[in-house]
Amino acid sequence: MSRREGTVAQAFPPIDASSAAVAASTAAGIRRAGALEAARLALLRDLQLAFRKRGQLVQPLAFFAMVTLLFPLAISPELSRLRELAPGVVWVGALLGSLLALEFLFRDDAHDGTLEQYALSGQSLTALMFAKTFAHWLLTGLPLALMAPLAALSLGVAATAIPGILLSVAVGSVALSLIGSIGAALTLGIKRSGALLSLLTLPLSLPVLIFGARATQLAIHGASLLAPLELLGALAVLGITLAPLAAAAAVRISLE
Amino acid sequence: MPPERLEVENLHLWRGERHVLRGVHFTLACGACLEVWGANGSGKTTLLRTLCGLVYPEEGRVLWNGANVRRDLPAFHAALVYLGHEPPLKSDLTARENLHYWIGVRRHVGEEELGAALARVGAQGWCERLVRTLSAGQRRRVALASLALLPVPLWLLDEPTTSLDAEGRELVGDLIREQLERGGMVVAAVHQGLPQSVRNVTRLDLAA
Repeated sequence: MSRREGTVAQAFPPIDASSAAVAASTAAGIRRAGALEAARLALLRDLQLAFRKRGQLVQPLAFFAMVTLLFPLAISPELSRLRELAPGVVWVGALLGSLLALEFLFRDDAHDGTLEQYALSGQSLTALMFAKTFAHWLLTGLPLALMAPLAALSLGVAATAIPGILLSVAVGSVALSLIGSIGAALTLGIKRSGALLSLLTLPLSLPVLIFGARATQLAIHGASLLAPLELLGALAVLGITLAPLAAAAAVRISLE
Repeated sequence: MPPERLEVENLHLWRGERHVLRGVHFTLACGACLEVWGANGSGKTTLLRTLCGLVYPEEGRVLWNGANVRRDLPAFHAALVYLGHEPPLKSDLTARENLHYWIGVRRHVGEEELGAALARVGAQGWCERLVRTLSAGQRRRVALASLALLPVPLWLLDEPTTSLDAEGRELVGDLIREQLERGGMVVAAVHQGLPQSVRNVTRLDLAA
């Protein structure tokens, strides 16, 4: 059934495999890419792909706009009431919009074998996952943050609140993308993962929603939003530190 | 630099109730090629995926230069290429762009070198086309170009000649021969066998 080729008499001294690999590579005139270079290329690749498929980019934004439009129709067109609801509306819209795009974060890459190649590239999968998530934020979180002030304005919020709203959604969406990356990686093995992905991600996103809505509320009332903004920042930093690790581990499991 | 060697000891793997790998063991030295034969479903792909560390075997281990690959997977991965059934290409990027990103994640690669590799696999005429417009054989050729660009010690190839024409199969043979000549190793899962030009081939049969 199987065969063994010649037995080895001498014992091999423990060798540093990485130095052997490097030596082999340099022998052939090859320079290995560093982790930063690898992450940069992973980021550029996702951005280039996204601009080839612009339809997918617009979806979360259109969804966000629709959600904000629904509230005045369903509740009341009175601006004073809408203004009170604005923080909640903006944040629920942003949260659901970013959730909508999450399904695409790793799915295509898992399907066409890109994730497998990433996992076998010898590069840090954590760094590559971070690059992918950062690309995802640039493509959905940042546009949502830019659109949030518009949505707030349409709900009767004063223009003075724009910087505060922009900032809080921008910082909060970083945390949302990172939390989402864990959920997206965990549900890779599942065919119709949309609902499960929401169930996994939404509870974890609650702190972001709470502090984000509070920051937006304070911005609308012209008060200092430093305290909730700092907490949002802390969540984003926590996400940057831990989420790519968790996503990389989940991707490895999905590849088995 | 000590010569690389791959040793596989008594691999056992179950997939649910199915005992897929039943005590596979072999040793592969520099410049040697292993052909893995077996019917569909006999575990050829599973063996390759176990070798490269994507799948954990229930029993047995894979040794690279005498050390268990589990101890330093990134270093082992830097020393290998795995090409699966489907070339890992993005249908919305061109052949050249695909290669640029795929290889670039692993090593620095210049435009001329990319062009030379694409020319080598006969892709000059269509390397600027989106991969979605390419045929299965053309996609396979793009994957072969990656081999030309990654002369790492160990190649794990899953049916490298699938969907290729006669000339394409010869190209696979040439690439493998060059790999063996510079002291590299190849493990290839095959259906029809590798081209005749490849020497120093050992055969491993997996029972269905």
